[in-house]
Amino acid sequence: MEQGTFRVKAGLAEMLKGGVIMDVTTPEQAKIAEQAGACAVMALERVPADIRAAGGVARMADPTIVLKIMDAVTIPVMAKARIGHFVEAQILESLGVDYIDESEVLTPADDKFHINKHNFKVPFVCGARNLGEALRRIGEGSAMIRTKGEPGTGNVVEAVKHIRLVMSEIRLLQNLPDDEVAAFAKNIGAPLEFVRETKKLGRLPVVNFAAGGIATPADAALMMQLGCDGIFVGSGIFKSADPAGRAKAIVAATTYYNDPKVLADVSRDLGEAMPGLEIANIAPSERMQERGW
Amino acid sequence: MKIGVLALQGAFREHRWMLERCGAEAVEVRKPGDLDGLAGLVIPGGESTTIGKMLVDWGLMDKIKDRAAAGMAIYGTCAGMILLAKDIIGSDQPRLGLMDITVRRNAFGRQRESFEADLEVPEFGAAPVRAVFIRAPYIESAGPDVKIMAAVDDNIVIARQGNFLVTAFHPELTADDRIHKYFIAMIQGKA
Repeated sequence: MEQGTFRVKAGLAEMLKGGVIMDVTTPEQAKIAEQAGACAVMALERVPADIRAAGGVARMADPTIVLKIMDAVTIPVMAKARIGHFVEAQILESLGVDYIDESEVLTPADDKFHINKHNFKVPFVCGARNLGEALRRIGEGSAMIRTKGEPGTGNVVEAVKHIRLVMSEIRLLQNLPDDEVAAFAKNIGAPLEFVRETKKLGRLPVVNFAAGGIATPADAALMMQLGCDGIFVGSGIFKSADPAGRAKAIVAATTYYNDPKVLADVSRDLGEAMPGLEIANIAPSERMQERGW
Repeated sequence: MKIGVLALQGAFREHRWMLERCGAEAVEVRKPGDLDGLAGLVIPGGESTTIGKMLVDWGLMDKIKDRAAAGMAIYGTCAGMILLAKDIIGSDQPRLGLMDITVRRNAFGRQRESFEADLEVPEFGAAPVRAVFIRAPYIESAGPDVKIMAAVDDNIVIARQGNFLVTAFHPELTADDRIHKYFIAMIQGKA
C-alpha cells in the first residue's frame, strides 16, 4: 500500500473535473457551497476581493478557521499557503486539508523559489499564465494547475488571456518536429520531460482549472469552452447579492457549458454580481498574477 | 454496443476513453434523453453529493431507475458506488439506491490517507489489480444477493448484484482495462 503517490495526488484533481470549487470563509458559507453542489471548497480568512481591499501582507488562514470548515462539510477542503512558504504548507498538511493552493493571492514568502511539492503527501494546485509557468510548477510537483487570471476583480479577461495562451502554446508544440522540442522547452523555461509529455498528450499532464475573475455562469461556461477542466470561484459567489442562487447557477453552467439554452435559464434573476474592477486601473505592482516565478 | 458515461461532474472522460479502448461506443450522458438506447451506464468518480443533486435537478434520477428496471446495466466507481447504495452511513443525500449495500463515505480517511494497492481478484485472473483509492468509500455490509469480489482488510471494495457492478477505486486512472471488459461481458450476458 502506497500513499501520496503522484497518481493519487493528481487523481483527486481528476475527480474534481467538471465541478466548481468555491472560496469560503466560514462554516456557514461552506455549507451553502456544498448545498449548491460545489465539488470542493477553499477555506480562507478573506476572499481575494477583501484581501485586495485590505492591502498589507496576506498569509495562510488561522488553522481554527480551516478546521471548522473541514468539520462543516463532507466534500474536499483546500487551503492556501504563500508562494515558497513550505512551513505554512507543512501546517496545512498536518491539519489534513485535501489540497494546498500555493497561491499568488497571498503575499509571496520567497521571491525566487516555489515550494518543493514533491516533499508532501498532500497534493498542490498552482496558478499559471502560460505553458512554461504551468510546466515549471508541475516539475516542482504540482498535481493540478489553474489559470491565475486576476483574483478578486470579477473581471474574466485575464483568465481568458491565460487559458488562450496555454492552449495556443500546446497547439504550437504539437506541430513542432521532435528536433525542435528541446529548444522550445528552453525558450519557455520548462522541464523537457514535461514538454515532451504535453506534446504527446496534446494537453497539460495534469488537470487545469480556471480561476481569477469568474463572476457569472456565462464566465464559467466561457472558460470551459476555452478548454478548462473545471472552475474556481473566489470572490464571485459570496460578494454577490444571492450567493446560494449564483453558486447553484455556476455549478449548472460548468456542466452544461455547451448548452446556451440551459445557460440562459440559469443566468436569469441572479441579482447583482460582485462589483468588478477594470484591470487597467490596477497598478502593475498590485496585480497578483505577477507573483510567482 | 452503446454505453453511456454520466457526465455531470467527475472523471467521466477517462471512463469514456477506457470503454472506447475496449471496443464499445461510449456517449456522455447529461440529459434524460441521452439514456435512450443505452445497454449500460457508467457512473464515474467525482463528488457524490454534487452528482446526486444534479441527478435530481436535471430529471435523471427517475429515468435512470426506470432504465435500470428495464435491464440497463450500471457500473459505479467511487462516487458511483455511493450513488448505487441503498444505505449511506450518516447521510440523507440523494441516491439511486439500486444495490442492497451499506456504504461509508471517505471511509479510509481524507486525501492524506488516499492510497494505491494491489488487489487479488480471482475473477480477473492471477495478475493483481492495481487499485487507486481517492477519499474512497467502502461497503460495510451487503445483502445476500450481493456477490463480494474483493476486499481490503475485510472492507468490501468490489461487488456485484445482478446487472450492477461497483468498485470503491478507480480503474480508469490506470491502464488496466479488465474491469471495464468484465462490465461489457456482463452486459453481453457472458459474465
